[in-house]
Amino acid sequence: MYRTRLLDHVILLIGVFIMVAPVVVAFMTSTHEAADIHRNGLSLTWGGYFTETYNTVLTRKGGFTGEITGARMIWNSLILGIGFAAGKIILSMLAAYAIVYFRFKLGTLFFWMIFTTLLLPLEVRILPSYEVMNKLSLTNTYTGLIVPLLASATGTFYFRQFFKSVPEELLEAARIDGAGPFKFFIDILVPLSRTMIAAIFIIMFVYGWNQYLWPTLMTTDERFFTLVRGIKQILLVWVGSNIPDYNEAFALAILAMLPPVMIVMIFQRWFIKGLTESDK
Amino acid sequence: MKRVQFSSPYLPYLFIAPQMAIIFVFFYWPSVQAIQSSFYLEDPFGFGSTFVGLSNYSDALGSVQYQSIARFTLLFTVLVTFLSLGIGMLLAVKADAVLKGSSTYKTLLIWVYAIAPPVAGLMGMMFFDQHIGPLVKLAAFFGWDMKVGLNYNDTAIAMIIVSVWKQIPYNFIFILSGLQGIPVSIREAAAIDCRSGMRRFWTMTLPLLAPTAFFLLIINMTYSLFDTFGVIDVMVKDKAANNPITLVYKVYMDGFRGNDLGGSSAQSVILMIVVFVLTIFQFRFIERRVHYN
Repeated sequence: MYRTRLLDHVILLIGVFIMVAPVVVAFMTSTHEAADIHRNGLSLTWGGYFTETYNTVLTRKGGFTGEITGARMIWNSLILGIGFAAGKIILSMLAAYAIVYFRFKLGTLFFWMIFTTLLLPLEVRILPSYEVMNKLSLTNTYTGLIVPLLASATGTFYFRQFFKSVPEELLEAARIDGAGPFKFFIDILVPLSRTMIAAIFIIMFVYGWNQYLWPTLMTTDERFFTLVRGIKQILLVWVGSNIPDYNEAFALAILAMLPPVMIVMIFQRWFIKGLTESDK
Repeated sequence: MKRVQFSSPYLPYLFIAPQMAIIFVFFYWPSVQAIQSSFYLEDPFGFGSTFVGLSNYSDALGSVQYQSIARFTLLFTVLVTFLSLGIGMLLAVKADAVLKGSSTYKTLLIWVYAIAPPVAGLMGMMFFDQHIGPLVKLAAFFGWDMKVGLNYNDTAIAMIIVSVWKQIPYNFIFILSGLQGIPVSIREAAAIDCRSGMRRFWTMTLPLLAPTAFFLLIINMTYSLFDTFGVIDVMVKDKAANNPITLVYKVYMDGFRGNDLGGSSAQSVILMIVVFVLTIFQFRFIERRVHYN
């Protein structure tokens, strides 16, 4: 029915080139020496300094206080990504369970209060949020890094949508068999939601790992820096040096994108499912 | 909701309590504070604050700098939205049309989604670097002396390119899944009726994609307004003075660099209103789509 034309492939190949080439160049350049890059510009060939550069970036103590290593920043990023994703799933599953499966007086009010959080992204209330965190003395803690990001309703809506599509008969059957609310949730609803949980975990992990503005505000202590948050600091340290460490900057960029990119590529099917269904 | 439900006097409250607690402390409290402090002038040395009514708002809206930033934000938003939507749509239509290699193209085209905006900004900085940047060399080849970070327009162009690049995969994913949702029967009927692929796109595909495209329009606008913060922050390198910035960046600058709590809050509230209107549009539209389905 459809004839594939050459032009289609040409357009797609140009698209792939535009999306992929910068990342390949960044990786290849990161394997060269800084002086080499300074002289010859970015590179498309293997430079042979892979181990040296990445070893330095991961283990050298840097920053202003000399306390932070790349490995430590990766660790912090993992804590933020996993903590955020897990927290989001637990909170939103419980809340959605209450909203869908229980009849209670304040249910509708709560639903609208949760719904409202979708209207205002964190970016428009950064300063007051920061003040609140100061009052609670949560700056420079993992709690302060993760918990405030959970205050949005995306996950709750996602699970609400999903729970509503679960057949009614399941609950009827479960009740006849004498299952209470806890048993129904753990033995029936959670196993049924496995794919959904996986999909939302991937989306939320990428989202958490990639957070920038909030970690920038919340962490001034370098021990709590995530990779993405540390990038700005690295740029600032450069200013003034004769030959900027282009190789190390690229290496950090590669490290900062590697985990989320790998997850998106490996779990592509779940990722697309989660993305296109949760954002509706 | 469900026909059959549990009834328990306290369990639902127990289940919903964690979510509500977090929303109260980290959403409602700061939001109310933002609105409240937008009416006050904070003493810079911490000696209390004075009620000044709407003057923070009039100061912001009346300032020439704010107006020029607002104009740039508008231009930036329009360009990023339409370019990333257009390129994403072109690639999705083509990826849907080819028979061979479709899934390989898909994988290669979506992975940039996972790159954080400041990381994309950092890569942009390198590609537009005065000394080593290949894109600056390319521009020089056409006689264009590009000075990203120094020249207002050049920085703006670099920021737009990086922001569009980062957003293409998102649009691609959604439009492709929208395209694959078009029933084969409709496609076949269209193919019989109309031989021109171009015309088929305008008369059949695009109208069917309209709901997805409209949804993406709003998402892209919020992306350009808020999520590009990381790109901008990395690319202007704290030298915001003669570089283009967006309204969100100005909220951040005034609040954290300028310590102007009232002014920054007033700007926050103005942005809240913008987002509010955008979101209402989006929900109304989604409601309609659900209705017709």
